[in-house]
Amino acid sequence: MSTRLVKGGRLLNRQKAMNFTFNGKQLRGCEGDTLASALLANDQMLVGRSFKYHRPRGVVASGAEEPNGLVNLGAEGKFEPNQRVTTTELFEGLSAQSQNHWPSLEFDVGAINSRLSRFLPAGFYYKMFIHPRPLWKHVYEPIIRHSAGLGRAPKARDVDTYEHYHFFCDVMVIGGGVAGLQAAKAAAQTGAKVLLVEQSAHWGGRAPVDGGSIDGAPVENFVEQTVAELQSMPNVTMRNRLMGAGVYDHGYVLGYEQLRDHCPEKPGPRQRLWRIRASHIVTATGAIERPLSFAGNDIPGVLLASAVRDYVVNYGVSAGDRTVVVTNNDDAYLTAFSLKDAGLSVPVIIDARVQAVDSPVMEQAKALGIRVMMGHAIASVKGSKRVTGVAICSQAGAGAVLEEIACDAVAMSGGWSPVVHLWSHCGGKLVWDVAQAHFRPDVDKAPTGADGQPFVTAAGAANGSLLLGDALGDGDQAGKLAASAAGYKVKQTACPVAESLEDAPMSPVWLMPQGAGIELRSKAWLDYQNDVKVSDVQLAAQEGFESVEHAKRYTTLGMATDQGKLSNINGLATLAGSLNTTIPQVGTTTFRPPYTPISMGAIAGEARGEVFQPLRRTPMHDWHDANGAHWEPVGHWRRPYCYQRAGESVNDAVMRETKNARENLGLLDASTLGKLIVKGPDAGKFLDMLYTNMMSTLKPGKCRYGLMCSENGFLIDDGVVARIDEDTFLCHTTTGGAERIHGHMEEWLQTEWWDWQVYVANVTEQYAQVAVVGPNARKALEKLGGMDVSKEALGFMEWADGELGGFKVRVYRISFSGELSYEIAVDAGQGQAFWDALMVVDHDLGVMPYGTEALHILRAEKGFIMIGDETDGTVIPQDLGLHWAISKKKEDFLGKRAQERSHMADPERWKLVGLETLSGSVLPDGAYALGDGENANGQKNMIGRVTSSYYSPNLEKGIAMGLVLHGPDRMGEVIEFPGTNGATYKARIVDPVFYDKEGEKGNV
Amino acid sequence: MSDPVTALDGAVSDAGIATITEVPLQGMITLRGDLSTTAVKNAATGVAAVDMPGQGEANCVENRGICWMSPDEMLVLCPYETVAANIELMQKTLSDAHALAVNVSDARASFRVGGGRAREVIAKLCPVDLSPDAFKPGMFRRTRMAQVPAAFWMRDEDSFQIICFRSQAQYVFDLLTVAAQPGSEVNL
Repeated sequence: MSTRLVKGGRLLNRQKAMNFTFNGKQLRGCEGDTLASALLANDQMLVGRSFKYHRPRGVVASGAEEPNGLVNLGAEGKFEPNQRVTTTELFEGLSAQSQNHWPSLEFDVGAINSRLSRFLPAGFYYKMFIHPRPLWKHVYEPIIRHSAGLGRAPKARDVDTYEHYHFFCDVMVIGGGVAGLQAAKAAAQTGAKVLLVEQSAHWGGRAPVDGGSIDGAPVENFVEQTVAELQSMPNVTMRNRLMGAGVYDHGYVLGYEQLRDHCPEKPGPRQRLWRIRASHIVTATGAIERPLSFAGNDIPGVLLASAVRDYVVNYGVSAGDRTVVVTNNDDAYLTAFSLKDAGLSVPVIIDARVQAVDSPVMEQAKALGIRVMMGHAIASVKGSKRVTGVAICSQAGAGAVLEEIACDAVAMSGGWSPVVHLWSHCGGKLVWDVAQAHFRPDVDKAPTGADGQPFVTAAGAANGSLLLGDALGDGDQAGKLAASAAGYKVKQTACPVAESLEDAPMSPVWLMPQGAGIELRSKAWLDYQNDVKVSDVQLAAQEGFESVEHAKRYTTLGMATDQGKLSNINGLATLAGSLNTTIPQVGTTTFRPPYTPISMGAIAGEARGEVFQPLRRTPMHDWHDANGAHWEPVGHWRRPYCYQRAGESVNDAVMRETKNARENLGLLDASTLGKLIVKGPDAGKFLDMLYTNMMSTLKPGKCRYGLMCSENGFLIDDGVVARIDEDTFLCHTTTGGAERIHGHMEEWLQTEWWDWQVYVANVTEQYAQVAVVGPNARKALEKLGGMDVSKEALGFMEWADGELGGFKVRVYRISFSGELSYEIAVDAGQGQAFWDALMVVDHDLGVMPYGTEALHILRAEKGFIMIGDETDGTVIPQDLGLHWAISKKKEDFLGKRAQERSHMADPERWKLVGLETLSGSVLPDGAYALGDGENANGQKNMIGRVTSSYYSPNLEKGIAMGLVLHGPDRMGEVIEFPGTNGATYKARIVDPVFYDKEGEKGNV
Repeated sequence: MSDPVTALDGAVSDAGIATITEVPLQGMITLRGDLSTTAVKNAATGVAAVDMPGQGEANCVENRGICWMSPDEMLVLCPYETVAANIELMQKTLSDAHALAVNVSDARASFRVGGGRAREVIAKLCPVDLSPDAFKPGMFRRTRMAQVPAAFWMRDEDSFQIICFRSQAQYVFDLLTVAAQPGSEVNL
């Protein structure tokens, strides 16, 4: 059984006990525990079930590479699935649930899949479930969904908060082990600004567990001193619990900082996503130990040798009382020594190698009285939910059992793989290191920046320097190189020297025993999380999935949440063996960020709740809100769709507002419309190019409606232009066009007509603008008083500056409704006060605000087009019968040439007409009209579509506009529009101007 | 005529790690022109009574100043009530030089972020190096603040002044409040 030892545990505070629950069971751990060490201390080795076969799974590692120990953590608003027990720091009150089991972790019905594993081979989805097709949706998928899958999706809203942080430095060092510490120090000594990050809560990496000495003192002293030294340097920033998640172009790094995961009771954001720009990056990300592939290597109690050592030294926890060590290298011997030190039993070290001479650690093992079996292997592990023993065989053979040894834990080591992920994210290449049997960074093929120079340097174990002394020197060199690359002068400083024992070379072992038959191979796991075995990869190779990327997807090797941190290299080696090729020829799959999963909350940062998205408010926004506004989003703006009164439906309100504007007096908040000042000696010439009609002839004091097209001829915006003085124009744009048209103007001025003397300024938000609309509009302004707004003084399409009710105003006599109408601009800071003044101007005038829907109905009654309704990016002004607004005199304007092309001049283009249903009902917006016959694809031919459709309360019938084939030539004809509700609407083609065609209403 | 108001009526938030205050009405004039010409320079300095700033800089004293916006644009600050008169003065100075001077005082909202952690709060929202060595009083930065455009400069060692569009005032105030939430110290 696994248990807490009486002594040891360098990271523990044994004085402080912490209570937590696992599957509802009350358990105790200590401050400093991870959830994994605390579970092991309570003999909870079994932590989950595997994805496919529901095999019992125990903790196998002690860090970020853990594939098995995934739990649902917390509840309600703090619930999060797939949390690794090995990297979850214990806190008081933690509650965890194991995943992927039913009905319980101990007894799981799905485990029957394991018995059926013969029938669930690699690629079984593709093989089994492709035919018959309908069964996939109704039978296979529901069953697989029930039996597969890991954690549950959260249901409650996340109660935590998150944020981003932008940080800039010369050198960023990722990884706070010995190499990272030394690299940071070497870089910092040059004066460079250094950021050193470490994903765990502790500095020093593996070194304090693995031991060794630096400059004659224990390695812990070096770690302590260097940390203290770095902390005292003003140019160094150190952060632990901050993982380097991804390296991107131009030295951009994403860092994932876990602020409150270990102390959720404290206020403040739970996590912080660091967005870092570094001139140079050092990846000192260490190495990960590989499992060995032998039958039963997934039975709970089989752990990585380094993990067994970590649990003893760091947490005072034994994985078992009797631990068999199995290895192909010297490093695993340290685990045997740690166990012995702790007073635990190591019945045997099974070493697959055959060595002529004992290395120092072998001698030491023998001196400690540990039995060492060279050239041997594990034939199989005994036990089901827990290891009970191992059967031993020769590594060279096929697995004939020589003896069985009882034990309750197995510590395995298949060698070490550098963590090359961050090196690889941005294109760093790898080389195969034959001596150490791993991929390590190829220094000649580093990720390069805009200048073609490397911007990432790997250091320490991450660079293949596995021994303490090598790692330290490598870190020192990497730090200096990074600082130099960032432009700092490197002084030659001495690097501390570490003493390490002479290691015997490791020997690659990809299958144990090497001649294992199918019985054993189909129980030798490569990927614990996705249930991929040696036999699966071999089958994939046999079936022709020879590319590593294909084999990965066919078998799902390395596709789980751990992204194959333990399984990749063993899988590649197995594939290479099956294909009779070498590992470097097979190559690796692609390493993509993030290194380990990061939360969606951290990615979103502050963008949630009130600040999920910017919401633009006009100066009168709060008034609208307080007066029943039913909001409509228009870009980031919110505009009142209508103002609902008590007991009124939205439709009632729209009808009331639409009628009132024609009969009395309506007020519209038009502040969102774009207002661009265009000024300069060439302003007229510039606007002549931008608008289809002539603007340079406009007289100061006058207004003109204009159309704007893209250079492809399509209508992109419209609005009224007012000439302020000889050099200055004010161009109104649509609400959505303000920023876009401003950009459009700047682009032409900056890239094509850079020598024209024109400046543009966007003054949209400087003004609150109110449309005062209806037969009583003039009376209202006269009541306010201050300037002459008579027909004579201020004619249609004129503007004037003046005062109204004491407000400094600019009044435009323009109309988008066909009524007598004034649009009045005041400084935004007085917008609300001006609106208030209008609302109380005179009760008898029938003043009433109206929203965007009434605005739409009023303009549709008059046959005025709306950008975005009548246009969709494929419509030209000629389609809309706007020939009158297209200058024939001008030599050029944007879109002119395009509009002369044959397709644009084609008489077959659909043209704007009015539409009226025979029944007076409302046509469905967007409906298409059917013609005769079918097109080449067997679809019915279409001859038109509805672009705007409303019920007009003033005309008391449905009115619509649409684009129809030969429309203007077919006045009076009836065409049919099938609706989506089965009904077909018959509509007559009519003039698009439904109301006051002569324009008498506005001309008063 | 009623008294003009700011977008948020002087909103304040001081429960977190920095104090956020909406700044009272501030006169702002966009001046576009050839910044190397005497007429344009004089138009700006004549109103703001400070020297022309260099690229990426702001020269501000109390509520007067000049901020460098782009190679052909300055933002001239002056007391709110004096904007109209100052634009007139600028036009006179510019004479027939090709330039554009326009009142944008009401188009903007302005906030002050103060306290020892003001830098941290801004660095959570803007992709700008806000370390004391990199961003100092006298500098001016046009950038984005989370999802909207913004610009800022430092009034002194411990306080920033931010300008944004008036319609986005509430969003920016809320953003700053969230970024300054209690317990969110970065502790650099």
